[in-house]
Amino acid sequence: MTGATVSTQSGVPTAGSGLMVRAEQVHKSFGSLEVLKGIDLEVRSGEVCCLLGPSGSGKSTFLRCINHLEKINAGRIWVDGDLIGYREHGGKLHELREKEVAAQRRSIGMVFQRFNLFPHMTVLQNIVEAPVLLGREKKSAARDRAAALLERVGLGDKLRSYPGQLSGGQQQRVAIARALAMQPKLMLFDEPTSALDPELVGEVLDVMKDLARDGMTMIVVTHEIGFAREVGDSLVFMDDGVVVESGNPREVIANPRHERTKAFLAKVL
Amino acid sequence: MSVDTETPERARPEPIQAVPVRHPGRWVAVAVIAVLTAMFVHLLVTNKAFNWAFMVDEMFRPPIIAGLRGTIALLVTSMLIGIVLGIALAIMRLSENPILRGVSWVYTWFFRAVPRLVLAILFGNLGILWARVEFGLPFDRQIGALFGIDNFEARLFGFSAVDILTGFVAGMLALGLSEAAYMAEIVRAGIQSVDEGQTEAAQALGLSRAHILRRIVLPQAMRVIVPPTGNETIAMLKDTSLVAFVPVSMELFFQLKAVGNRTFQVFPMLVAATLWYLVLTSVLLVGQYYLERHFSKGFGRSERARQRLRDIAAESGGNASGTAER
Repeated sequence: MTGATVSTQSGVPTAGSGLMVRAEQVHKSFGSLEVLKGIDLEVRSGEVCCLLGPSGSGKSTFLRCINHLEKINAGRIWVDGDLIGYREHGGKLHELREKEVAAQRRSIGMVFQRFNLFPHMTVLQNIVEAPVLLGREKKSAARDRAAALLERVGLGDKLRSYPGQLSGGQQQRVAIARALAMQPKLMLFDEPTSALDPELVGEVLDVMKDLARDGMTMIVVTHEIGFAREVGDSLVFMDDGVVVESGNPREVIANPRHERTKAFLAKVL
Repeated sequence: MSVDTETPERARPEPIQAVPVRHPGRWVAVAVIAVLTAMFVHLLVTNKAFNWAFMVDEMFRPPIIAGLRGTIALLVTSMLIGIVLGIALAIMRLSENPILRGVSWVYTWFFRAVPRLVLAILFGNLGILWARVEFGLPFDRQIGALFGIDNFEARLFGFSAVDILTGFVAGMLALGLSEAAYMAEIVRAGIQSVDEGQTEAAQALGLSRAHILRRIVLPQAMRVIVPPTGNETIAMLKDTSLVAFVPVSMELFFQLKAVGNRTFQVFPMLVAATLWYLVLTSVLLVGQYYLERHFSKGFGRSERARQRLRDIAAESGGNASGTAER
């Protein structure tokens, strides 16, 4: 681990190089508590990267740094070649304006553990809200696409329901459709099945598998080892703010090299 | 423990028909209340001081109706100022900008500290400060003096203070500006009651702060904001009588009292005032009911219960009104 400073002239990934996400020496502290202690990560276009680790290991925080919901204290994150949250100019970092940050977030979809659907809107309104408000498409076009997205996640008949009338699994599938409506290049999943009853986990994972098959780049914080093994292209095991081990999910799960990985897998498998 | 799955033929037990618990205390209470009510009605009917015929005759006269209109106009305008300015102050208070936060805090501090009665009189006398109210370059005379020009004036337009600071405007401002301070706190509580995850989800979608506030946070905050705002509106209805001190005479209570004083029938007119305020408050309560219903869309049990009833009705294929909506 190097210090908190990173040279500004590191190899900047350019768009189209096949790298969707590149994180370099990401540090994040909440007050005196250092949650991320230099995370490096690379995710290629079309890849599914699973983040595993005990609770408190910093994986959710890292995910939230990728779309700048959390400001990092040191390091750099690029998504599709764009430096997240800052502009580098004359050897100095300049904070992006709120509008510019919002623009960056539009190409990054996020799904939360607790769904966070807008409860005062119907399922349809939840999905068309952002695309229509941002002037991306006309209301009627957005509606048609929303209906198609809902069909895809298996909820074609719930257009007019309010989130409060749906089960947890249904709500999470709507949340996925809502994120997809922005046509993101990258999807972030923050423990998408952790708040669900066990019998509802499968329906959400199925939608995610379907998405992966279609070539969506995904970073998934999860405790679902089965999902990581079956769908993941890479697995990153984090503990105590550092990446302990990473590699092919099937190999890491079958033969963990590190003691901490072994201990964790022994508990969850 | 044994599980009988083999006895589907088991007879359904008798429905429970227990003797309900008796509540003798309630009957005693009913008796007491009945006697008190009878005494009260007796008082209303027999006491000559009420002078009902006179009261009914007077309470719909043109000056009273004009006063009523004045009261309603004051209520509506001052609450509008209060709500709009209150929302602005609450947003300022929650902003990341320390200057806006400070301004909002000082405003709330001042207008909550000064009694409305004092404010009403103060605003009524603002004309003492300026004979004319003019708009233009601030400190124009001083700037002119700095450059050696005497009587330099850069003013665009102006009004005579008497013209714009009428009693009604002064009363409206006193009530509205004071109300804004209270509304700011109510709106702030409402905004803070909305789950953080709502803002995060909207941010992740790339919405701007203004969009998030207007489309996501405020509509949900309204559920918390509306009931205390109803309270404030009813309180404001009664506080409109304070503008008599501005002085404003086109106001319900002032007009009723005037009739009472002129005719030496003070008490009937006080009763008339009570009845008018009861009527107005009742109208406001109906409005509040519909507002609350509107902003509880998607929340709470009622909506889900209705949906479930609809589903049940549809499943059993019976109820036509239920099936029609699917």
